[in-house]
Amino acid sequence: MAKVFIYPTNSLILSDLVERFGHKPLAMMGKVREKITTVGIDSPPLNITPEDPKLGLKYAAVEVPAGVRGRMSLVGPLIDEAEAAIIVGDAEISFGCMGCARTNELTKYLARKKNIPIIELVYPKSEEEGREFVYSIAEFLKSLPMEEGSA
Amino acid sequence: MSDNAPNIITKIVVIASDSILPIDAAMAIYESENEITIKETCYGTMVSGPSDVVNRVVKKVVSMDVNHIFVKERGFLPGDDRRCRAGRGGGPRPGFHFLREEVKMLPVIGKALDDYEKHVPLEKVTHPGKLEVSQLKRIIESELAR
Repeated sequence: MAKVFIYPTNSLILSDLVERFGHKPLAMMGKVREKITTVGIDSPPLNITPEDPKLGLKYAAVEVPAGVRGRMSLVGPLIDEAEAAIIVGDAEISFGCMGCARTNELTKYLARKKNIPIIELVYPKSEEEGREFVYSIAEFLKSLPMEEGSA
Repeated sequence: MSDNAPNIITKIVVIASDSILPIDAAMAIYESENEITIKETCYGTMVSGPSDVVNRVVKKVVSMDVNHIFVKERGFLPGDDRRCRAGRGGGPRPGFHFLREEVKMLPVIGKALDDYEKHVPLEKVTHPGKLEVSQLKRIIESELAR
C-alpha cells in the first residue's frame, strides 16, 4: 500500500479513487482532524496557531506571507510522507480553503521536485474525458507497489 | 476534547447512484450500529464514530452500489461549532463549494468506473486546444471588414 499525495488536497474523487484501488490517500482532511483533535493549550483548538507559520518555514522563506507558511505547515508534511502523487490541474474549484494560488503552486512544485511516481491530469469535462481520467488514475495506482500479501 | 477523540473519525458518504437514495444508505446505517452518529445531507450522509465501526459501516453502504457511492474523510465532526451553519448564521459551510463541484462530476466518474470494470477499451480523446493567435487575428480582421 503506497501513500499517495493528492492535489487538490481535499478532493473527494481523488481520495475515493486512491482508497478504492488499495492505497492510502494523503489528504488535508486527515491532517485537519489530527490538528483539531490534538489536545493543546487552545480550547477548542484553533485551525492555525502561531506555531504553524514557524513550521511552514521549512517549506517557504520568511518573506513569504504567513498564510502560505501556515498552509504549508499542513500540506508540507503530507508531501514529505508521499510515495506517489496525483495532481489534478485546471480546477476551477480551487477556491475556498484551497484558494491560495501561491500555496497551490508551491505544493505542486514540491511534489514534482520529489523523486516519486507522479501523474498529472486535468478535471474531466465530458464523458470521454471522464473515462480517460479514471482509466489513467486506475492504471497509475495499479502500477504502485501494494502491501505484502495483497498484491 | 475527550481522551478518545483521536479514534473518532467522520466520513462523508456521497451517493451518486440511480438505484440507491441517500435515505436508503441512511437506513442501512441506522440498522447496523448504534455507536455512531449519522447526519443526513443533500448529497448523502456523514458518519461519525469510532474508526473501526465507521469503516465497517461505510464499507457496507458502499457495497450497495460500489461504483456510484463515494467516500472521503472529514476533519471536523458533524455539528462542530467552527463549521456548523447553525452557529454561524447560515450559509454554506467552508469546503462545501468544492464538494458540490465534485459531486456534479460523480455521474461521469461512476460510469467510467463501470466501464473500467467491464474492460471497455479507452477511445482516443481529442482535447480542444487553445485558439491560435493567427486564427484570432483572422476573426478580428473579418469582423472589422464587415
